[in-house]
Amino acid sequence: MITAPDLDLDLPTLPRTATTVRPYGDTTDDGMVQVSFTLPVPHGPLADGAALQLARKMGIDRPLLVHSKPIGRDFSFFVVYGPVVHEVDLDEIEVVEREYPLLTAKEANSAVSERLGRKLVVLGACIGTDAHTVGIDAILNIKGFAGEKGLEYYKELKVLNLGAQVSVPELVRRARVEGADAVLVSQVVTQRDAHLTNVKELAAELRAEFAEHERPLLVVGGPRFDPGTAAELGADRVFGRGTTPSDVASYLVHALTGAELTG
Amino acid sequence: MTTAVRTPGKLGLDPALVRRARELAARAGRPVVDLARSHTTVAVERATLRLAGLNGADPEGIPWANRLVDAVRDQVGLEHGVCLPVWEALRSGEYRDLTDLAARAATRTVPFRVPEGDAAVRSEAAARTAVGRGIARIDERRREREELVRRWGNPKGPWIYLIVATGDIHEDIRQAQAAAQGGADVIAVIRSTGQSLLDYVPDGATREGYAGTYATQENFRLMRAALDETSAELGRYVRLTNYASGLCMPEIAALAGLERLDMMLNDSMYGILFRDINPVRTFVDQRFSRQLHARAGIVINTGEDNYLTTADAVDAAHTVTASQLLNEYFAKEAGLADGQLGLGHAFEIDPAVPDSFRLELAHALLARELFPDAPLKWMPPTRHMTGDVFHGYLLNGFFNLAGALTEQSILLVGMMTEAVVTPFLSDRDLALRNIRYVLDAAGGLAEDFHPAPDGLIARRAGQVLGEAIDLLEDIRERGLLDAIAAGTFGGMRRTAEGGRGADGVVARAAGYRNPAIDLLETT
Repeated sequence: MITAPDLDLDLPTLPRTATTVRPYGDTTDDGMVQVSFTLPVPHGPLADGAALQLARKMGIDRPLLVHSKPIGRDFSFFVVYGPVVHEVDLDEIEVVEREYPLLTAKEANSAVSERLGRKLVVLGACIGTDAHTVGIDAILNIKGFAGEKGLEYYKELKVLNLGAQVSVPELVRRARVEGADAVLVSQVVTQRDAHLTNVKELAAELRAEFAEHERPLLVVGGPRFDPGTAAELGADRVFGRGTTPSDVASYLVHALTGAELTG
Repeated sequence: MTTAVRTPGKLGLDPALVRRARELAARAGRPVVDLARSHTTVAVERATLRLAGLNGADPEGIPWANRLVDAVRDQVGLEHGVCLPVWEALRSGEYRDLTDLAARAATRTVPFRVPEGDAAVRSEAAARTAVGRGIARIDERRREREELVRRWGNPKGPWIYLIVATGDIHEDIRQAQAAAQGGADVIAVIRSTGQSLLDYVPDGATREGYAGTYATQENFRLMRAALDETSAELGRYVRLTNYASGLCMPEIAALAGLERLDMMLNDSMYGILFRDINPVRTFVDQRFSRQLHARAGIVINTGEDNYLTTADAVDAAHTVTASQLLNEYFAKEAGLADGQLGLGHAFEIDPAVPDSFRLELAHALLARELFPDAPLKWMPPTRHMTGDVFHGYLLNGFFNLAGALTEQSILLVGMMTEAVVTPFLSDRDLALRNIRYVLDAAGGLAEDFHPAPDGLIARRAGQVLGEAIDLLEDIRERGLLDAIAAGTFGGMRRTAEGGRGADGVVARAAGYRNPAIDLLETT
């Protein structure tokens, strides 16, 4: 069983500012984290020692090896708890803050009809070989996600969901044919960073096919994407895990109608 | 497969309604079977050549089977099948064997013609002899499996099904052997993403793939040999699974039979709905592949679980039931026995829905009672698995419990890392311990589990069956192809003319000959 470590003894002392935080186990600033990992070492004292040393190198000051178990003959699995020496200064963290107001469906619709004077055309697809449409469906399907209705519900948006495994050339062709204002792609399952390669390819093809002023907006989403990487990927916007349809709709309205509305 | 003694009728389903559902499925499916019997495809013809021993590929990696079928098609079309022109050429030309003929045909130096009269009879007989050798080999591999199962034994309780997918067959082997040692009864080697859309079967052992490993004859052989080794060590026959789906469904079915694979994913509609493969292509390919599976003693796994990844698991529950009934009809028509029907379904109800576990039990028990002799395949949650691996581990525990309570036959091992990363070695180990705990603690609980006759479970099961019957009525009236086009299954709309591989479908002429189909249909 796990016994609580003696945390009031020699905690590493680090400079503190008001914006500095450490992990919270059950007491402010105790720094407690849990990690689990496998080592390719047969179970035994050597494996346990290796696990503790790895934990220390990871910054866990006094690691508690709470669980150690063989997996087959050649591997051992560990669960480690302990206080991590690191802390983070919140002032130093860079995040993509939403720079546009979050709109209701009604607000988004009226912004589109007033400023665009026509329906805003959104083309969605899962590109490459990914057959997992969960992401794009959550954003586009009327059923929606997290209690919000999807973009199909917005009457001023014309939504075309091409579904799974759409090739890049096909998507570019359809963007031209449909006169898409925005192309939304999602990727869920990915290996060896295929999701990044696919998006870069799509971004390049869109730039090759369209003049810059007529190019549809490229919006990318999926749990494996980092929202800070839009420029690197050649996308206009990257949405990560937990994005809801209204996030996307509000962004589209903001980017395509130039609306600086107050939400 | 061993299951506890089942008390029939825990749900009190009306036998007349069950009969009605089957009858409707048969009537809805029959026109599609007629379509399958009146068409062939490039893949069916290639599979036939593979049964006759044509394997290997040219230096560009294009299989000889593709080269030869393409050459025949260019010159004389495929309306009469590939066998008549190929064996006519072999009989009259100076070719060492099929491979030699294929190589020369690829350089367009072989004049093909469709023989008539006595020549046709002789060519067909020669083809029949060659194809018959392949089928005899499949028979031999089936007997071998039966012998090994006798020697090493079957697992007790449900079969525990685990996926490996590294892209590298040699790495897969390490992981598969470790998984079997950890308690897996069935190893599925998931295919490289996108293989289903390749119109050829890659050749040789492969070490590169995306989110999976290519299905090739050599990869099949290597993995089966490794699992035989592990089976001997464990004293338990470890089964091997792959995917007879996509554009090469019939060829992969043939290779699976030749290399003694034990189960194959083989759904009647999956490729249409989720890979956008032409419906006619799929149904023609499917019938032939199922005939091969029937002959090889392979258990098929159908893919109804997939519907619930795109449609709501409560609202669309009846589409699963309707599809299972259609899959059953198509399977039996192709010669598969009840014991070969691994009909699929899944634990995909949103855990936030009140009574979600009771609804899952209702759906799972409905499948169990509708198909009492089928080795049902029960699939773990995917859609509501989030990055919260701890919560996911609990959901998988409930999935396993539902499987035990409703006596599912094949339990796919749920991974807490679903939708996060490909599972770590430790994730697999934890998942196997989850299932082991549930089966050891509650494996016999089905005996004590009798839902109240007027309770939510029984009522819900009755409701789903009723809705499935209504849906089958509708499908029968409008036709299955139209129903698919209207988005009935999985919410995906696929038209009969659309989709990939449509250009590989050919209407059979009156003189169409395929000795493989003849041999498979007479058994």
